[in-house]
Amino acid sequence: MKHIKTLNSRNFKESMKKGGCGECQTSCQSACKTSCTVGNQTCEHKK
Amino acid sequence: MIHMFKNNGYNIVLDVNSGCVHVVSDAAYDAIALYEKDPESAKPGIMKKYPEIKEDEADELIGDIESLIEAGQLFSEDIYEEYIDDIADRQTVVKALCLHIAHDCNLACRYCFAGKGEYNGESALMSLEVGKKAIDFLIRSSGGRRNLEVDFFGGEPLMNFEVVKEIVAYGRSLEEKYNKKFRFTLTTNGVLLNDDVLEFANKEMSNLVLSIDGRRELHDRMRPSRNGKGSYDIILPKFIRAAEKRNQTDYYVRGTFTHFNTDFDKDVLHLADLGFKQISVEPVVADPSCDYAITDEDIDKICDSYDRLAKEMLRREKEGNGFNFFHFMIDLEGGPCVAKRLSGCGSGTEYLAVTPWGDLYPCHQFVGNEKFLLGNLDEGIKRTDICSDFKRCNVYSKPKCRDCFAKFFCSGGCAANAYNFNGSINESYDTGCVLQKKRIECALMLKAAVNDY
Repeated sequence: MKHIKTLNSRNFKESMKKGGCGECQTSCQSACKTSCTVGNQTCEHKK
Repeated sequence: MIHMFKNNGYNIVLDVNSGCVHVVSDAAYDAIALYEKDPESAKPGIMKKYPEIKEDEADELIGDIESLIEAGQLFSEDIYEEYIDDIADRQTVVKALCLHIAHDCNLACRYCFAGKGEYNGESALMSLEVGKKAIDFLIRSSGGRRNLEVDFFGGEPLMNFEVVKEIVAYGRSLEEKYNKKFRFTLTTNGVLLNDDVLEFANKEMSNLVLSIDGRRELHDRMRPSRNGKGSYDIILPKFIRAAEKRNQTDYYVRGTFTHFNTDFDKDVLHLADLGFKQISVEPVVADPSCDYAITDEDIDKICDSYDRLAKEMLRREKEGNGFNFFHFMIDLEGGPCVAKRLSGCGSGTEYLAVTPWGDLYPCHQFVGNEKFLLGNLDEGIKRTDICSDFKRCNVYSKPKCRDCFAKFFCSGGCAANAYNFNGSINESYDTGCVLQKKRIECALMLKAAVNDY
């Protein structure tokens, strides 16, 4: 596409099929402790 | 639902419900905006505004927009709300504990939400007995989850270091038997950080959070010792050594910015100039009556700081001298699943805080507020009604989150902030929301820029 570049191929919807295993890190444990930052967590299965 | 913005010369379109991020030309930016209002108006609209775009090219552009729509990557529908009851009603287990190993501190930080370490109660150290009970409780309450997290928090946890070591040893001794893997983390102000602690931490701690605010005068103003003198010179050499010993990974230097340093980008860069590669500097959460609390008038200045920081990070990255800033980290390919995005940080359900005497709270921020006392390690959780409130708190239960583009990145934000500012975990902390949205825009700009070179 000349005018549009898409950065990611992954769509949230795909993770509906196989998600929610709960093995990932709890957000607050990583650094923040005062602000919820879920979007930067990594899926345990993508490591 | 889409969110369009321009930042640092990049035109970015976020498709909120799919999470797809598109970097587009000026013409495509306008075409998408027109298409959203009226698909028929897009082609004539851009041909009028951009005379250099001829009919063939305009057709191609509109075709590309429609291909993305077809692929579910643009103007995608919210298909998650109908599943929210399933997620809210799911069986949850406890998988993370914040152990308040010491309600005592050797600093007297002005903004401490823990009331100088004591959480507005009496100073106390967690005994090994309580610590072991916490480990047993976590194993017992975690069902089939293998990866369990325990954060040693305070106050200052190194004031009770011997117990930290023994709790870790106890946890490790049970891993094989119960098929669990503990990830321990330690948050420290650094005063007692010595080589013995570092050696232990490098062996046992998957993450180390080192509290430092940035420039010396700011750090010393907000983080004095008990005798009133600043703590910067005491802790800095220890933190530099710790970061080096951990090969500049698996740690954060973590600072707080306040009304006094809305130009906190200078503090982040100060930390980067000292050689730190993993940096997190975050807004203070404070009662508006405090002189250091962030005010509405500060918001524009803070947003400018985020913009300046993002540009400078990009410059350094291109030079090969980049660093990580926690709040600009977004994982577009391997990020959390929808279930995680909808369930949020897990406070009160998967994540609990334990006081030195074994009481349980939804998270460290609620410790000391008796309304949120859930139970204790001996009797387990007695207030399941409170846990249920937390479990049902999500982006669809918060009116302001429903139409917000950031909802699948912040997952509704921090419950404690919402409660502290509005008296309900189902509200939003507006200032926090504005800053969160700005951070996401900067993070996406950085992704676009890094993709560009």
